[in-house]
Amino acid sequence: MSLEIYLDLFSQPCRSVYIFAKKNDIQFDYKKISLFEGYQYSEEYGKINLLRKAPAIKDGDFYLAESVAIMLYLTEKFHTPDHWYPADLQKRARVNEYLSWQHSTIRPHGSKMMWFKLLIPKAFGTEIPKEKMDNAVEDLNSSLNLFEEKFLQDRPFIVGDQISLADLVAIVEIMQPVGAGMDVFENRPKLKAWKDRVRAEIGAELFDEAHQAIFYAQEAVKTMDPEKIEHFKPKILRYFLS
Amino acid sequence: MPLELYLDLHSQPCRSVFLFAQINKIPFEFKAVDLSAGEQYGEEFGKVSIIRRVPVLKDGDFILTESIAILQYLAAKHHTPDNWYPTDLQKRARVDEFLSWQHTNIRTHGSKVFWFRGVMPAVTGAPVPKEKMDAAVEDLNASLKTFEDKFLQSRPFIIGDKISLADLVAIVEIMQPVGTGLDVFQGRPALSAWRDRVKKEIGVEVFDEAHKVIMNVDTLAQTFENKGLPEFLKLKIQRMFN
Repeated sequence: MSLEIYLDLFSQPCRSVYIFAKKNDIQFDYKKISLFEGYQYSEEYGKINLLRKAPAIKDGDFYLAESVAIMLYLTEKFHTPDHWYPADLQKRARVNEYLSWQHSTIRPHGSKMMWFKLLIPKAFGTEIPKEKMDNAVEDLNSSLNLFEEKFLQDRPFIVGDQISLADLVAIVEIMQPVGAGMDVFENRPKLKAWKDRVRAEIGAELFDEAHQAIFYAQEAVKTMDPEKIEHFKPKILRYFLS
Repeated sequence: MPLELYLDLHSQPCRSVFLFAQINKIPFEFKAVDLSAGEQYGEEFGKVSIIRRVPVLKDGDFILTESIAILQYLAAKHHTPDNWYPTDLQKRARVDEFLSWQHTNIRTHGSKVFWFRGVMPAVTGAPVPKEKMDAAVEDLNASLKTFEDKFLQSRPFIIGDKISLADLVAIVEIMQPVGTGLDVFQGRPALSAWRDRVKKEIGVEVFDEAHKVIMNVDTLAQTFENKGLPEFLKLKIQRMFN
């Protein structure tokens, strides 16, 4: 029975899982889904993941959600090279530390920029009040500052000399605001150097392939059918602008 | 050099770490951090962690933040019983899945209700606007429903017959709003039964000890009156309503 991975590469956690599986030659059935079309709310998808989010995997009878849990499962099951999730107690702790911290910092702050700078104004036609926008930018900058000062420092990668799951999860999240036209690497040479290193380690081709939807986001939003995403509007506006 | 744990038991992640160490008889020095006085923003604490959050673990020269990472580290280092963080691939994945999901669900919503009911009124002298309070409680209810429908179902504990890190992290987060007088267990018999089971497994005495400060949170108003309101709190509250 094959491994099925449900993905929409517009989503950051889908990209980290996709890149990880591809990079490690893990054979899987790529189940492409569209979050903007609301597939996650279908009855069908509810059987795959009751949390109604992506990514999700189906490995025989075993269903699993949450990208961090999925990648830890895959590293263990497929015995991927140690550097992804080192067996060394302290190195592993450093990876776990980052994977935990990012949920409530880089991830939401980066996501918010995609919604605030691109999706809400262009797809929903709603302008973001200046104060909210300024706060959102400030939050992202604070997170990026902490990322550089605490998690990266002068190391080539988060945990040291080699790339790990921490760098992979970090890079896909940091790329999200880039898709909205925000150059987070401007005035951050250290961050940019790290990004280039991570992209090279992953493989430029794979990295760019995974980020296609993000690179074309500004174009795609012009041809996005407003009727299709209308159902999201109240939920999104409440979540971000209440 | 003994293990140091920097804790304030008002904080949910501090409670899970505290409880785990106690249950497993891991010797440690309790380094109290007073969050209500803004101690995490002081110079002393900044030397321990520039992230300026609790809990923090200091094991010799090794400093580690993020309760999830700390729990995983302690489980591995002290070879705690397998049920806490099983070596079985699928069981471990289930624990990881919950530990990942909870960050932006139960944790976020339980914290918000705690702030709105327990902290804001103590600071501002007035209740939070009804609409905002209702929305916060609605979000918490949605998370609790998902918790019951997906993570607990009809099992005794989240991953099956035995307690794990998932239950420990879940219980401390779910207890947060309870301290403000919102009994989330009322009308939820399955959740109540799970709470009783978890409490028993942890040990009622140590559970109650860990939750003593949160169950007495109505003394916060007096604390602020006596000690004054720290600056960070004023800013945080301003931000919450932007």
